Parts: sequence; structure tokens; C-alpha cells
Amino acid sequence: MTRVQTRRITDIVMTVIALAVTSLVLLILGAILWTLLSNGLSALRPSLFTESTPPPGSQGGLLNAIFGSAVMTGLAILAATPIGVMAGTYISEYGRNSRLAHIVRFVNDVLLSAPSIIIGLFVYGIVVVQMGHFSALAGVVALAIIAIPIIVRTTEDMLGLVPDALREAAAALGSPRWKIIAKVSYRAAFQGILTGVLLAVARISGETAPLLFTALNNQFWSSNLNAPMANLPVVIFQFAMSPYEDWRRLAWGGALLITATVLTLNIFARLLTRKRTGRS
Amino acid sequence: MTQLHTPSLAGALHHPDGEKHVEKIGVRDLRFYYGQYEALKGINISIPDRRVTAFIGPSGCGKSTLLRVLNRIYEMYPGQRATGEVMVDGDNILDPNLDLTKLRTKIGMVFQKPTPFPMSIYENVAFGIRLYDKISRADMDERVHWALSQAALWDEVKDKLHQLGTGLSGGQQQRLCIARAIAVRPEILLMDEPASALDPISTAKLEELIEKLREEFCIVIVTHNMQQAARASDYTAFMYLGELVEFDTSEKIFTNPSNIRTRDYVTGRFG
Repeated sequence: MTRVQTRRITDIVMTVIALAVTSLVLLILGAILWTLLSNGLSALRPSLFTESTPPPGSQGGLLNAIFGSAVMTGLAILAATPIGVMAGTYISEYGRNSRLAHIVRFVNDVLLSAPSIIIGLFVYGIVVVQMGHFSALAGVVALAIIAIPIIVRTTEDMLGLVPDALREAAAALGSPRWKIIAKVSYRAAFQGILTGVLLAVARISGETAPLLFTALNNQFWSSNLNAPMANLPVVIFQFAMSPYEDWRRLAWGGALLITATVLTLNIFARLLTRKRTGRS
Repeated sequence: MTQLHTPSLAGALHHPDGEKHVEKIGVRDLRFYYGQYEALKGINISIPDRRVTAFIGPSGCGKSTLLRVLNRIYEMYPGQRATGEVMVDGDNILDPNLDLTKLRTKIGMVFQKPTPFPMSIYENVAFGIRLYDKISRADMDERVHWALSQAALWDEVKDKLHQLGTGLSGGQQQRLCIARAIAVRPEILLMDEPASALDPISTAKLEELIEKLREEFCIVIVTHNMQQAARASDYTAFMYLGELVEFDTSEKIFTNPSNIRTRDYVTGRFG
């Protein structure tokens, strides 16, 4: 065989392997979505959104869990966004090559990959044990701790993409540092930072482990932040493991709901970044 | 030994039309360091008011560095420092107690690549003004109009003032940056290879603009393009390896330079 032939054959073999592996991955994703849709669609009826979780054997929905998830995710993001954006700003704009910034970046990376169950246990220790009971507030704290490093990281990355020439141009006009950041860097990086926040929402809206130790669950409607609160992931966990047919169907419905939300957020985030790069 | 023009000598320079020039920026024994590396090795130059002065020289000769000292923009980065004196209207701008923001209102800068801010054309021009002045909407409109007209951009953008500045063409973006710089009514305009990212037509427009602006500003321009320096500037400084080799009227530099290295460079023998 000549060298050219060998190359051609290697090329074909490699292409086939790459395609096969890609299809395998897509197949797994497709199978997950298919299972969710085929099992969850039957649960998608109006009562899912209007009634609270039922006792076994009776009709009901997921209203309290949807509400709980929305409230806890929302509050956690409200708390995490300013902290995350400011820390990311420090690393990218003020710290740059300082020692402290290196340390903060490293610690943040560790936090980013910390297993969520450990964060759950941590918040259990410092909030739940201190308060003496499970509460939605503890759930918010746990989710915020998971969201912060994601936001820090994207903020840092996105500010890093803002060309220094833009900062120099603002400085040359006589802008003080904080104004350069607030009026120019943030504006230039806005869509990227927003994407990071959306991805953080997507990430924490499906977290189960940290909520098991903190917000726990609530069979009933509750909007009291100082008491346990229902939420989709824990309800799914509890219902899916149960022997009751109705509960299991609701769990599928909840799973479909979370997946749809996360998928939508991801697509939205993708569109935002595409718009950003498309313009520049 | 290289003949460096002392300030007194440069001060005695005459414009070809016989008019004596007035010093706007006086640089005395300026040394500049990137960390340990000495990038400027004792520069002395007197830059005249209401004239265009060009800095030329091969890459790495320190011409951009010199420009970046004149508004202390280099201070944004750690490890860069300057010693010596840079006098602007009698103040040494290297004095650490000097109010930098005030200094920079007086000195505008245009960069190599156009740097429109991610906001509307109007907001881009208003940005610098808002930093110091609280002026009425009508006055602001007036000032934006004035700056855009000065930068020869008004006619092209008057119907889309509220569209993004980043949506303009490269040449328009650069003129927007000039409008933004002159909107704060500086006295000095620093330009760091302003045409290097532009096509020939935009470059021609930019040079026309410089020709117009020289009546009102002290313009300092760094350029790689010798034809441009010859066409657009009144005075030219040739720099080499961190030293100022020769500073004279552009006519003299490009027709009959005194220094052999200047001659080699402007005739294209090196660089």
C-alpha cells in the first residue's frame, strides 16, 4: 500500500469512529428526552399547575413544588448575582495579576467543582442546625452558594474578552476606574454576564442534594421562608421512589418540567452569546 | 554621536512659512521602563501648538511608548514607569500629585484600532462630556453635532444617532472616536497609528480631517506610513531604539535629513 492509500484509509476509519461516537452521545440524549416525553406528557394537565402535591391515591399537582422551586431559585440568584459579578469584576478588572486574584480564582474553581451534596451538608451545619429546623431560607443559601462560582467565572471570562483598547479609550477621556468598569466594561460584557446568570439558574433549578438537607420538602402550600418548602427536585426524588402510581406520574411530569426549563434557558443563553459574537 | 535637539534648539525651529512655533509639550530627559527594560533613553523634544507633529521609526523604537507617556495612559498597567519631565502648559504631568482626570480632559487620544464604546453614536460622543459637565439636553445635542461635524462624520450619521456606534464601518468608527475625543474640547490630540486599520479612502478622509483639525489643536501622530507623515505633518521626529535621532520640519526630514540613519530610514533602506 502506498502512503496516500494508508492515509486515506486512516481518514475513513477515523471519520467513521467519530461519527459513531457522536451518534451514541446524541442517542443517549435522545433516549432521555424520549423517556421523559413519553412518561411525562400524560402528567401534563392543568391540575399539575393548579393543585398542590396530593396524599397517595388522590388527585393533585405540583403547584407548591413549582412555586417553591421558583421562589428559592429566584432568591438565590438575586443574592448570588451581585456577589458573583462583583467578585468576578475584582479578579478581572482590579486584581488582574495580583496574588489575591490568583487565590480567589483558584478557590472559586474549587467551589465550582465542589459536589453539591457537600454544600448541602455545609449549609445544614451552619443554618439548619443553628435554626433548629429545615427552612426555605437554608435552601436559598445552599443554592446561592452553588450559583456564585458560576457567575464569578463567567463574569471574569466575559470581562476578560473586553479589549483593553476600550478601557484605554475610556481612561484617555478622563474616566475614573469605576466609571470605566460600570459604563464601558459592563456594557460590553453585559450579554455574556447575563448568559452566566442564566446558566446558573439552569444549574441550580435542578439541584436536589443541597435541598434535601436544607429546604427539605413540604406536602402543602407554603410561602413561609422560615419553614420547609416544597420544590421540584426533592418532590421528584420522593415521588419517583414511591410505590404509588399517581405519585410516580407526577414525578415524571415534574422531571419533564425541569428539563424543559433548563433546555429553554440554555437555548436562550446560547442565542444571547450568538447575538453578541455576531455583532462584533 | 547622535545630534539630539535640545528644547532651546527645537524652540528656535521655524515653520516653513516663517512663523515661530509655540511650545505646547516640552519633554526633558524622559526615560521609560517596562519593568527593567528601558524603552525610552532620555528623550528631549519640544512639540509645537497648533501643528501636526509625527513620530516615525521602525517597530519597537519607542514612538508609541512616547505617545502613551503624554497622557500617562501607561499607568493602567503595573510595571511601567517614566522618569524625567513632561511639561504641558507649565505643569509637569509626570508629577504623581497631578489630577489625572483633569489632565486627560486636556489631552484626547485616538487609538490604532477604532474603539467605539458599545452604545449609541450619540452616547459615544456624549460620554466624555458627561464625565465633567452637567449640561442641558439642548446644549448636549449642540455639542454632539459640533463634534461630529468637526470629525466630518455628521452627514453620514445624522439620521442614525441612536444606533450602535459599533455598527459603523471601520473608517466611520475611527472618525467617531475622533469626534468623541474632541467633544471634550481638548487642547492636544494624540493619535496612535490612527489609519493603520483603515482602507485608503478612509485614510484619505482621516488625513483631510487632520489637516482641518491642526488649526485648533496640538496634534501628535504616530505613524508607520512615511508618506502619511510627509503629507500630513508639519514636524517629524525620527526615533530609533528608544532615542530621538532627529526632529525637524517634515520637509527637511523627508528631503534633506541631517542624520544618516534618518536618511536610510526615510529612503526605505531599513525599518
